[in-house]
Amino acid sequence: MTEHERRAKAEQRERFDFAVIASWIPPGERVLDLGCGDGRLLRYLNETRDVAGYGVEIDKESVLGCIRNGVDVLQMDIECGLSGFEDNSFDHVVISQALQTMHTTERILGEMLRVAVEAVVSFPNFAYRTNRLAIAEGRMPVSEDLPYDWFDTPNVRFFTIADFEDLCARLGIEIRERLAFDDAGREVSDDPNLNGSLAFYRLGRKN
Amino acid sequence: MSSENSVGVVAPQRVGFDQPLWLKSGARLHGFELVFETYGTLNAERSNAVLVCHALSGSHHVAGRHADDPESVGWWDNLVGPGKPLDTRKFFVVGVNNLGGCYGSTGPLSINPETGKRYGADFPMVTVEDWVAAQARLADHLGVSTWAAVIGGSLGGMQALAWSIQYPERIRHAMVIASAPKLSAQNIAFNEVARQAIISDPDFHGGHYAEHGVVPTRGLRLARMVGHITYLSDSQMGEKFGRQLRHGEHKFSYDVDFEIESYLRHQGNKFASFFDANTYLMMTKALDYFDPAYEYEGNLAAALVRAKASFFVASFSTDWRFAPARSREIVFALLHNRLHVAYAEIECDAGHDSFLLDDPHYHALLRAYLENIAV
Repeated sequence: MTEHERRAKAEQRERFDFAVIASWIPPGERVLDLGCGDGRLLRYLNETRDVAGYGVEIDKESVLGCIRNGVDVLQMDIECGLSGFEDNSFDHVVISQALQTMHTTERILGEMLRVAVEAVVSFPNFAYRTNRLAIAEGRMPVSEDLPYDWFDTPNVRFFTIADFEDLCARLGIEIRERLAFDDAGREVSDDPNLNGSLAFYRLGRKN
Repeated sequence: MSSENSVGVVAPQRVGFDQPLWLKSGARLHGFELVFETYGTLNAERSNAVLVCHALSGSHHVAGRHADDPESVGWWDNLVGPGKPLDTRKFFVVGVNNLGGCYGSTGPLSINPETGKRYGADFPMVTVEDWVAAQARLADHLGVSTWAAVIGGSLGGMQALAWSIQYPERIRHAMVIASAPKLSAQNIAFNEVARQAIISDPDFHGGHYAEHGVVPTRGLRLARMVGHITYLSDSQMGEKFGRQLRHGEHKFSYDVDFEIESYLRHQGNKFASFFDANTYLMMTKALDYFDPAYEYEGNLAAALVRAKASFFVASFSTDWRFAPARSREIVFALLHNRLHVAYAEIECDAGHDSFLLDDPHYHALLRAYLENIAV
């Protein structure tokens, strides 16, 4: 694959991710995007759903990117919690493929559902078929959704769809919707923990 | 200092206002004068004006240099100029010496029309809100109904914040850098030490030192030394001076032993040679009193209810005078009011004074934000 093809594919995939997330965000909502990168998702949500959003980001170049993109960004460390954010101050809080890069998983999930009514979480499924094959062959997986070598990955938590759903149950988090896709972007319904490369969740608090 | 991208030679202007100004303290000022400078050109729509607010010891001379003194480079010259982050090809930039200042605007050094003598200690106490009210008159004079942005660091940032509250219709962007929504007890404590240094100087004469033909130089020097310590970071001071000795050995005396002592004395002497003690006292009080949330039971979010501006807020990692947490207080109050805000916490070694430096990342952030301001 040439660099150009790779980039085109990545962009196509990103648009796909954004579309999935946007489908769960009603127009005009207030959205908080944790680990927002250069603010692309918020910009997309603003342009397509008229969403008023804020991003939280720790990386300084990404913060600069947000400001260039005209996105409201707060340079803060999510790992330290969201203590300054008021309860239920957002309709949705999104963490798009960033939860696996953070250590304080439980705390972040709890905080997300404190500051927002619903949370949207997406992450790469470590138990996806090709990842399992790589492990079976004695290698750490490198794939479409886990595109890093083991020695330079930003990911610090490696978990599966099954693991995540266990944790949600333990934390009293209600799974309101789940979508899983294979590495070609096809939705999978049969055994998502095996056939899903990327998982999306819509989460809420159990009553 | 490089003259590249400089606004070049600039000349201060002066404007007088006849209408009295009621001050926050309840006192009334019968008219006043402000000294200011402008850089760039006000566009036909009058939509590109940016007000730069100075901090404790700053002035209207923000950029460029004065014809009679090539050394007189403006205090934020690295920010303001053609092609610089606050680009004078796009913006019409205004610097003003605040009311009560000692660079030419009406202040303690001015002649009190009622007595024919210098105001000295009789000059009424002015606050951040009073400065903003005076700046609004300057905006009227310049034909600026709405600032594209008001920007300032430290005490200057407080003015930008106050603008958003006092004149929500007249400011589109507030850029609040290395600032705080109010002083902490520790901040006030440092200011009080500085004030006591001045007031207890035998040459102070209750603030009427001019009538005695003296200046409370020793007090002013001490005040600046104390202040200067709070502007720098421990790490930077350590790096710059460490325990370096002036004479290469311990002198066992109270003369300068360590380089840091020499540096502070130099800073103190320099400052005391030109800054007015009454202005310094008043500036520190303006800092102490600033607290927009005071009238809202300490609720900053309530104080900002009327604000409409979009905000750029920035803090510096090693600033312990107005630490990042102080900026976050502002950010969360803005968030409560659903206002637009970009907040950056900048890694910089230089403490509070970082806001005056041209750290590449800091300037890139300012440039990016300012480029997105429509004019």
